[in-house]
Amino acid sequence: MAEATELTSDITIIGGGLAGLTAAIGLADHGFDVTVVDRAAQEALTDVSYDGRSSALAFASCQLFEAISVWQYMEPYAQPILEIRVSDGPSLLHLHFDNETLGDGPLGHLVENRHTQIALFERMKELDNLTFLAPTKVADIKRDKASATVTLEDGRVITSKLLLGIDGRGSMVRAHAGIPTSKIDYKQHGIVCSIEHEFGHCGIAHERFLPSGPFAILPLTGNRSSLVWTEKSHLTETIMGLSDRAFQSEVQRRVGDFLGDVKIIGGRWAYPISLQYAHDYVAERLALLGDAAHGIHPISGQGLNLGLKDVAALIEVLVDARKVGLDIGSTQVLDRYAQWRTTDNASIYAITDIFNRLFSNDIEPLMLARDLGMAAVDKVVPLKNFFMSHARGTVGDLPKLLRGEKAL
Amino acid sequence: MLNEESNNIAESTAKGATVDLDEVEFFAKIADSWWDPKGPFKPLHILNPARIGFIRQEVEKHFDLEANLIKPFEGLRLLDIGCGGGLLSEPMCRLGADVVAVDASEKNIKTASLHAEQSGLEIDFRNNTAEALAEAGEQFDIIVNMEVIEHVADVDIYLSACRKLLKPDGIMLLSTINRTAKAYLFAIVGAEHILRWLPVGAHDWNKFITPKELAAFSEKAGFAPKAPTGFVFNPFMQKWSLSDRDVAVNYAMAVTAD
Repeated sequence: MAEATELTSDITIIGGGLAGLTAAIGLADHGFDVTVVDRAAQEALTDVSYDGRSSALAFASCQLFEAISVWQYMEPYAQPILEIRVSDGPSLLHLHFDNETLGDGPLGHLVENRHTQIALFERMKELDNLTFLAPTKVADIKRDKASATVTLEDGRVITSKLLLGIDGRGSMVRAHAGIPTSKIDYKQHGIVCSIEHEFGHCGIAHERFLPSGPFAILPLTGNRSSLVWTEKSHLTETIMGLSDRAFQSEVQRRVGDFLGDVKIIGGRWAYPISLQYAHDYVAERLALLGDAAHGIHPISGQGLNLGLKDVAALIEVLVDARKVGLDIGSTQVLDRYAQWRTTDNASIYAITDIFNRLFSNDIEPLMLARDLGMAAVDKVVPLKNFFMSHARGTVGDLPKLLRGEKAL
Repeated sequence: MLNEESNNIAESTAKGATVDLDEVEFFAKIADSWWDPKGPFKPLHILNPARIGFIRQEVEKHFDLEANLIKPFEGLRLLDIGCGGGLLSEPMCRLGADVVAVDASEKNIKTASLHAEQSGLEIDFRNNTAEALAEAGEQFDIIVNMEVIEHVADVDIYLSACRKLLKPDGIMLLSTINRTAKAYLFAIVGAEHILRWLPVGAHDWNKFITPKELAAFSEKAGFAPKAPTGFVFNPFMQKWSLSDRDVAVNYAMAVTAD
């Protein structure tokens, strides 16, 4: 330990995934010295088998990537979502959102997580004040009134004013700080895979509410789509164990024939679905962002978008603090971040939870009510715009970065 | 209504302290109370972003500095008068200024020095007065004179010392409380009696100064005063903001060497 390398930076980030790296780049882009630590190597994070998911990036999230010069590397892989069609199983009544109603560009973009991760690494190379340490493990974290110190297993020590835990649902930073979480287990899994199809998707995203849970067909670039198939947990194992051929025919049955013949490309993954939130977002010299702070049911595709809202809000809070010479890791500064984000996240948990409970069942009166509800929402322009603005991520007290502006 | 010079907590603790009490530990405790955003100095912590915003804005304008610099005050020598626990001295140092901070209370100086050291900031804290510094011929590009003047015994003597301390092309930032009915209600009835932000008797309404009077005092001391800026408190947001119009309670004024 005596010969250990000592590093100092303004901010240390544990977690170099999508939200973690976006935070690192955003902060470095705004002039902060940042060190990122991840236990997985860079090549592993971008490997096809690491994360097969795609994310529906809300319009506001794309604005953030644009503002911090990452978007240029993602754009070739981004499929604009021009229309969203929501339907209830076999019902013909449905809800339909298109960008022409809002008249301000696409509702969002579908990007495979792997491509976003690669784009982030591309942008990272251009920033001298960003250090990425991986693969390496955290051996110890110490925090006091003046600083946060992270000791790595290889003996390196990083001292900074602020430590960010952006290390996912099972956050070790959160555990270290002893911040409790609450969890609702939906006893559902999200089965994810990509398909290639005969006909074009015309940039239309489909969300169908099947009795086992929502089934989403999300347009990727080319004649490809990403599927999110929500299934009851006890059936997931069986489905994941199906032969390729049997799995493909199950998928074809659910997709229907409007895309022509479908073919599974790449692997399939299953993720347990639960709603989890940390009781506190901040502690002395520490803040939690992304899934470490809150994981939501992916029903409305808001998971990563919410994490990026955390990132944009935190950057703005820290830039504002620096502007008036305040200590960026002080309680006063971190409390502003926590207040800003808890208020916003709480309303989204509630909406998502209610949506899921309403749609994941087969109770007749409820089915009728939600059908009529959807048909009604479809007719009422202001209501529809409200839902669409939610989907685009342009409601609430929006951080500057989500409006595509730098937080200066 | 906010006064960094009278640290009643420190004063009373000092009386009860034993001689062999570990000094560092003793001052660390006071530093904790100064720097606790929810502690006895909460109102100052809430006001800080607005008043530093004002200082920055005026200094940027005066020296014609580029906007959005990380260390805009780099190369400028700054004096913080009545620094208390260093709530302004530290941000000024982070903004790049070469800071000298004085306070009449030795306890405050020790407290502030200890905290700045823990924060890794280099600030020259001195247990001294503006008058003594002027006597010694020290000069500064920026003088920060926040919430001090309403506690000063002789405003004329004090301001002429400040005038000597300011370089010919320098700028001084003053802030204080207006002598209006609203200020009486807000600063004395509100902050002292209702919110209990400050001890009763912390302020004497008769010593409050109107912007007109402050401008006249400044001119007499050889300064050129600018138009006052008000600090307006929003109790729902728990946030202060700057206002060109409302100077009825807390306000600030930039003055330059004539």
